[in-house]
Amino acid sequence: MTKKALTADHPTWCPGCGDFAVLACFYRVLEKLQYPHEKIVTFAGIGCSSRFPYFVNTHGGHFIHGRALPFAAGISLGNDDLHVFVFGGDGDGFSIGGNHLVHTARKNVRLTYVIMDNSVYGLTKKQTSPTSPVGFKSKTDPTGAIDQPINPMRTLVNSGATFVARSHATQVNHMTDMMLRAAKHDGFSVVEILSECVEFFEGAFDAAVPRKGGAWALIEEKKHDGTPEDASRHDVSDPVAAFKLASEPWPGRFGVYYENKERKTKNALERDLITKAKERTKNASDLALLQATFAKLR
Amino acid sequence: MVSPNTPETPGSASPSTGGPRSIQDVVIRLAGNSQDGIQSVGGFLARLAGRSDQDVMTYMTIPSTISGGPSIFQVRMGTGDILSAGDRADMLVAFYQHSYDAHIGSLRPGGVLVYDSDHVKPAAEDHRFTNVAVPITSATVEAVGGTSKDKGKNIFVLGLIARIFDLDVAKLSALIKERFGGKNEDIVRNAMLAFDAGYAWPQNNLRDLFYRFEAIDQATSAHGRPQITLDGNSAIAYGLIAAGVRYGAGYPITPWSSIMEILRTELPKYGGIFVQCEDEIASVSTALGFSYTGQLAITGSSGPGLSLKMEALGWATMAEMPLIVVNVQRGGPSTGMPTNVEQSDLMQAIYGSHGDTPRVVLAPKNVEDCFYISIEAARIAREYSTPVIILTDQGLSSRIEAFDEPDLARLLVDPKADLSERPVDFKPYPLDRPTRHAPAGSKIASGKYPTVTGLEHDELGHPTGSPKLHQQMTIKRREKLKQLAATLPAPELTGDSAGEVLLVTWGSSWGPGREALTRVRKVGVKAGHMHLRHLHPLPNGLEQTFARYHKVIVAELNDEGPYGYGQLATMLRARHAMPNILSVCKTDGLTFKVSELVAGIAKHIESTELDATVGVARHSALAKS
Ligand SMILES: Cc1ncc(C[n+]2csc(CCOP(=O)(O)OP(=O)(O)O)c2C)c(N)n1
Ligand code: SF4
Ligand SMILES: [Mg+2]
Repeated sequence: MTKKALTADHPTWCPGCGDFAVLACFYRVLEKLQYPHEKIVTFAGIGCSSRFPYFVNTHGGHFIHGRALPFAAGISLGNDDLHVFVFGGDGDGFSIGGNHLVHTARKNVRLTYVIMDNSVYGLTKKQTSPTSPVGFKSKTDPTGAIDQPINPMRTLVNSGATFVARSHATQVNHMTDMMLRAAKHDGFSVVEILSECVEFFEGAFDAAVPRKGGAWALIEEKKHDGTPEDASRHDVSDPVAAFKLASEPWPGRFGVYYENKERKTKNALERDLITKAKERTKNASDLALLQATFAKLR
Repeated sequence: MVSPNTPETPGSASPSTGGPRSIQDVVIRLAGNSQDGIQSVGGFLARLAGRSDQDVMTYMTIPSTISGGPSIFQVRMGTGDILSAGDRADMLVAFYQHSYDAHIGSLRPGGVLVYDSDHVKPAAEDHRFTNVAVPITSATVEAVGGTSKDKGKNIFVLGLIARIFDLDVAKLSALIKERFGGKNEDIVRNAMLAFDAGYAWPQNNLRDLFYRFEAIDQATSAHGRPQITLDGNSAIAYGLIAAGVRYGAGYPITPWSSIMEILRTELPKYGGIFVQCEDEIASVSTALGFSYTGQLAITGSSGPGLSLKMEALGWATMAEMPLIVVNVQRGGPSTGMPTNVEQSDLMQAIYGSHGDTPRVVLAPKNVEDCFYISIEAARIAREYSTPVIILTDQGLSSRIEAFDEPDLARLLVDPKADLSERPVDFKPYPLDRPTRHAPAGSKIASGKYPTVTGLEHDELGHPTGSPKLHQQMTIKRREKLKQLAATLPAPELTGDSAGEVLLVTWGSSWGPGREALTRVRKVGVKAGHMHLRHLHPLPNGLEQTFARYHKVIVAELNDEGPYGYGQLATMLRARHAMPNILSVCKTDGLTFKVSELVAGIAKHIESTELDATVGVARHSALAKS
C-alpha cells in the first residue's frame, strides 16, 4: 500500500499546524506495516486533530467529542482482525474523555491511540486545555491559567496503559518509530505527540526544539547487556521508574516511558471467556443453546 | 383475582359444599420482608401455573433499600386469560404486623387473611375477612429444627397455599428440588420439611377453606407449545439473542441491570461479548462501535442513563448507525422512584437529544411481547439503519408471566456480519436508497474507504456545509420513519369499533386496559380499546379510528403537565389535532388498576354533553363496577 492509496481529502488544518507532520508519519507507518487495506480503521472524536480520519483513506469515523475510545473499543472487540487507530486532541482525550482514557487503559483494549497535544483548544479557538501550563493566557483565562495541568505520562502509566510513549511533531523519525512500536504492541498503546497549534499557542513546545534553543532529550532504554552504563538506563517495564521519569521538569524526555508485554488484552480475555463458555456448552449451536434455556423456563 | 362471575370465591360466606370449591382465578399477595424469600414463593407459584398451562401474572415491589425491608409479591393465577395482576387480593399472607398494616387495605372484602400468629394481631373489630391464624414462624422452626431458625417460612407458606388451592404437589416438589438441588443436601431436605409441614397444616386445622381451579378447557389451552414462565427483562434479553444480537455494552442501573447481567453471562456461549463500561456514555459509544463492525449491538439503561446516551444517539441518527437501546422506565426525574413504574420517558425517547433526531420507539405490551418486540426492534434497526429504542418499564421488568414457548427454530436470526466486498459505486449515504454501511473489515472495490460521521455529509460521507445537502439529508433521515410507518400493522383494537369511548393505552397498561374495556362495556357503554406498540413513528390512519368515537381517552403513567395532557396524548393531539383526545394520567409509581381506568373513563364521559344517551345512572354504575 502506498501513500497515494492512503491519501483522502486534503487536510483543512491551518498552514504550519503540527498535525500535518503527524499525518505524514501515519502514512509512513501504514506503508511500513502493510496491513490489508480494509482492515485498517482510523477513528477520532472532535477537535482540529480529530479531523484526522477524513484525511486518511481507510475505514474510519468521526464520532462525538471525547468518546472515540469507547467507540474504538467496540470496533476492536467486535472484530479482532482489525487494526484500530484513534487520533485526538488534549481536550478530547484528557478532559471530556478523561474517564474513558483511564478505563480503556485499565482494560487494555487492543488499539493504538495517538494524542496530538497542542496544550490548547484549537477548534474552539483558544480556550485553556487540561495540558495548558499555568500562566497560559487564553480566552477563558485572560490573565493566565491557574489550574495545574495534567501530566499525561503519569496519568497513562497509572491507569494501566501497556505502552506509553511521548514524541514531538518536529521529530519525524522519532515520531514514526514511536507510532510503529505502538502499532505493533499487543494492547492499549498510546503515543502523546506534542503538536504545535500555530494559530493559538505558537512556540508552545520550543523548549524541546534544538533549532529554537531548546533541548531534545531522549529516553535511553535499558538494553540488559550487563554493561555498567546500562545501570543508569530506563527500564521500560518498571512503572515506578516511568512515573519518576515523567516527573522531570518541562519539557521532559521523549521516547518510551512504559511497556508491559505480559498483561493480557481485553480482547484475549473476552476470547477466553468465549472459549470456556463454548467448552462448557460443548459448542452447541445457537438454536440448541436457546432451546435449552427455554426448556428450563417451562 | 376471582372473576366477579365466578360463583364461589375464596372466603365467600357460602356454606361448605363438602368438596373443594371451584374457582377460575385467584390473586394472592404475600407481604413480608425481602429477606424472607417471598419473591421465590411467588416465583414457584408462577412457574407452577405456567407448567400447568394456567395463565399467571405477577406483580412485585422490591424495596429500594440495600438489603431487606418490606417487600411484596402478588401472583394472580388461574384458568383463562389473565390480563392484569389484579386490583385487589383475594388472599393476603401477612408475615409481620407492618405487612398486615400496610396491605390489609389491598384485600377485598370477603377475602382470606392468612397471618403469622407469632407476629401479627389483626384488628379484632374487623369482620370483613375470613381470618386464618397460622403460627408460621413457630411451625416452621418446629418442622425444620436445627439451627436454621425461621428460615424456610416462605416454603412453609408455599405448602400451605398448595394445600388450600389443591396445587400439583409433585410438580411443586420438582420445582423446589430444581431450585435448591445442586446445593447442600440439607437445604433441599429442610425445604421439603418446611413444605410438607405447611401442606399438612390446613388438613388438620382448616375445615372448608379449600379450592380447586376449574378444569382447563383443553380446546383453548392446547396451544401446541409448552408454556414458559419468565420476567419481562429476561424476555428482552432472550428476544435479543433470538434476534441475532451478539454484542452490547451497558452500565448498571435499576431496573435495567438484569438485562445486562443476563447478556454478560449468556453472550459468550454464542461467541459474543457484552462489555460493562465505565458509564452510560461509554456504553452507547462501545455499542455503536460494535454496530460499526457489522454486528447490530444493544445498549440500555433506565431514565437517567438514557439521558446520558443522548448525544451519542444524535450521532447514531446522523451517521445512520443501527443500534438497539433498551430503556426500562422508572419513576423520575433524577433518581426519583427507582423501583417504581412510570411511563414518563416517552418524550425523551422520541425527542431527546439535540437537533432533528428521527429514531424508532417501540413499547412492549406484556412479558411475551418483550420477547417479540426485541426481535422486531432488531429487524427495524437493520433494515432502516437506525437507532431503535425499546421503551419498557419497571412494571414489566420484574413481572413474571407464562406464555407459549416461542418457535425458536423459526425465529432465530443468523448474526453473521456482512463483510463482503462492496461494489465500485458504493456510497455510505445515498440519497435515493437506504443506507447500508460497509462495516470495517469489508473491502471496497473502488479503493475509496468510507468515513462514518456525525458531521453533515454528502453521499460519500465527506463533510459538507451545503445548505441544500443538509436539507436533503435531513429529509432522507426523516423519510425512513415515514417509510416504516407505512409498513406498520394497524394497532390492536378490541371492543366496539365505534362508540362513545376509545381507550388508548401503551406499554404495560395493555392488560388493565383490556379489563377496563370489558367492565365499561358490561354496563352498556359502547367502547373500544386501542393499544399502541409503535410509538414513533405512529401507525398511519389513527385519525380514522379516533373519529369513530366521541372521546379518545389516552391512559398513561406520567403527568398531565401544565396543559392537562400526558405525553402520548400530547403527541396524538399534535399529530391529529383532534380535540376529543383526552388524558387519564397518574404518577403514584404503580401500574394502572382496572378500577382507576374505569373511573378515569367515567369522569370524562360524565363531563360530556356530546351524547344525550349517556345517562347519570349508568355512570354511577360505572364508577361502582
Ligand atoms: C459535547 C461537546 N462539548 C463541546 C464541544 C466543542 N468542542 C469541540 S472540539 C473542543 C476542544 C478541542 O480541543 P482538543 O481536543 O484539544 O483538540 P484540538 O482542536 O486542539 O486539536 C471543544 C470544546 C463539542 N463538540 N461537543
Ligand atoms: S487552530 Fe491550531 S490546531 Fe487547529 S488547525 Fe489551526 S493550527 Fe492546527
Ligand atoms: Mg488541543
